[in-house]
Amino acid sequence: MALQDVCKWQAPDTQGPSPHLPQAGGWLVPRGCDPQTFLQIHGPRLAHGTTTLAFRFRHGVIAAADTRSSCGSYVACPASCKVIPVHQHLLGTTSGTSADCATWYRVLQRELRLRELREGQLPSVASAAKLLSAMMSHYRGLDLCVATALCGWDRSGPMLFYVYSDGTRLQGDIFSVGSGSPYAYGVLDRGYHYDMTTQEAYALARCAVAHATHRDAYSGGSVDLFHVRKSGWEHVSRSDACVLYVELQKLPEPEPEPEEEASHAHPECATAHSTVEDRELSVGPGEMTPGDSRMPAGTETL
Amino acid sequence: MASRYDRAITVFSPDGHLFQVEYAQEAVKKGSTAVGIRGANIVVLGVEKKSVAKLQDERTVRKICALDDHVCMAFAGLTADARVVINRARVECQSHKLTVEDPVTVEYITRFIATLKQKYTQSNGRRPFGISALIVGFDDDGIPRLYQTDPSGTYHAWKANAIGRSAKTVREFLEKNYTEDAIASDNEAIKLAIKALLEVVQSGGKNIELAVIRRNQALKMFSAKEVELHVTEIEKEKEEAEKKKSKKSV
Repeated sequence: MALQDVCKWQAPDTQGPSPHLPQAGGWLVPRGCDPQTFLQIHGPRLAHGTTTLAFRFRHGVIAAADTRSSCGSYVACPASCKVIPVHQHLLGTTSGTSADCATWYRVLQRELRLRELREGQLPSVASAAKLLSAMMSHYRGLDLCVATALCGWDRSGPMLFYVYSDGTRLQGDIFSVGSGSPYAYGVLDRGYHYDMTTQEAYALARCAVAHATHRDAYSGGSVDLFHVRKSGWEHVSRSDACVLYVELQKLPEPEPEPEEEASHAHPECATAHSTVEDRELSVGPGEMTPGDSRMPAGTETL
Repeated sequence: MASRYDRAITVFSPDGHLFQVEYAQEAVKKGSTAVGIRGANIVVLGVEKKSVAKLQDERTVRKICALDDHVCMAFAGLTADARVVINRARVECQSHKLTVEDPVTVEYITRFIATLKQKYTQSNGRRPFGISALIVGFDDDGIPRLYQTDPSGTYHAWKANAIGRSAKTVREFLEKNYTEDAIASDNEAIKLAIKALLEVVQSGGKNIELAVIRRNQALKMFSAKEVELHVTEIEKEKEEAEKKKSKKSV
């Protein structure tokens, strides 16, 4: 509008993220300091350390997490919920700084709801992941730590995306995030196949988190299990991690049939692993490598 | 009375008219005719080509433009205004893909164009866009769509519509002849569009430009030859129908 241009007045941008969030890059720091170093030296000790996992299979997407919120060597909360519902068909597992995750999920909820009202239908999981990573990429370098797996069911069926606060956005079948993720990956890679039944999937998820809580100091408490189906998400169970681990030890050994597959899989695993290593070095932020779901970006803090 | 309320765009007249917007609609009525038809598996856009001057290169006059791979539009009215709107729409199609990974739905881009036009009816120092647009395409769910926008910024979905000079005649023809049979096959839908234009276009097929989008395929512009083929087919059918009639009456 001509008069607006003359007065140099800028209309508020209602299409962008909430105006109540601080301006990106707007931290006031002493001269000669960059915000990240400043926060590392003087900032509050933020809560990190967790085990979360998510995988997609024929009957939906499973999300599981432990419930221990740790702050350095102190357990801030032994029964927190690390799986946040965004809407009826979308869940997010949270890892990194709890406060950051909670805030950004609320912003994402707002964005998706507005788009649903405008367009008449909910955006796809891919859109939600894109929106989240775009919003967070404005705050890159400011010590934001959000490593999350978005699990949802949209028009193209079950979908799983990994989003990290530096702007990484990956689509995949299995993701595990957090300090306990190496232990969980071991169990998941052994037992995962796309066509498993729902009960098999529940058992696999519980087993993976239980083993991770057994070895990782920053994971523990209980094991939360969620399932996203075509009809929406459902909280399946919350079971105590120690009890679960003891029960798993009592189970009989798996039958010899899977052992054949395992020996087949070993030579493949070796080559697949080395290609993953090569690729990890060249994966840049925001690049999509479909199917390569083994390792999240190496910059994740513990 | 009208003369006191038609200078500034932002002034209502006592009986509730925005005269500048209505005058913009008059400008649209001066443009060459465009017709859009929504078939079962195809959407068709046809426009009347204005005869070009002798030395002018005919190929540079384009009234049907692709906005993205799955959406295209035809317009009637001021060509320069249309160029601005089409540019903004094309940018919006790509921005949408960048922000949310999905291509635009036909309704979304129509709403964007309509909102853009409405902004210009409520601004200081600007005049409305003097174009009406017919926007066609297929959404992800495979359903064909046809929308029409006008200078006031409203938009509606249509099964078949016409804009520009003699739009009323063409629309009446379509109301009579748009039946489920008429759009049953792709060929029939194309012929219906040509027949509708032939009602108002002088000198037949060489003044018609045609474009179609089929489900999961890109926009296809028809060459002059292909249009001629369809026109000859239509003329043959007409002759046969007349022969039958004269036989009956005898």
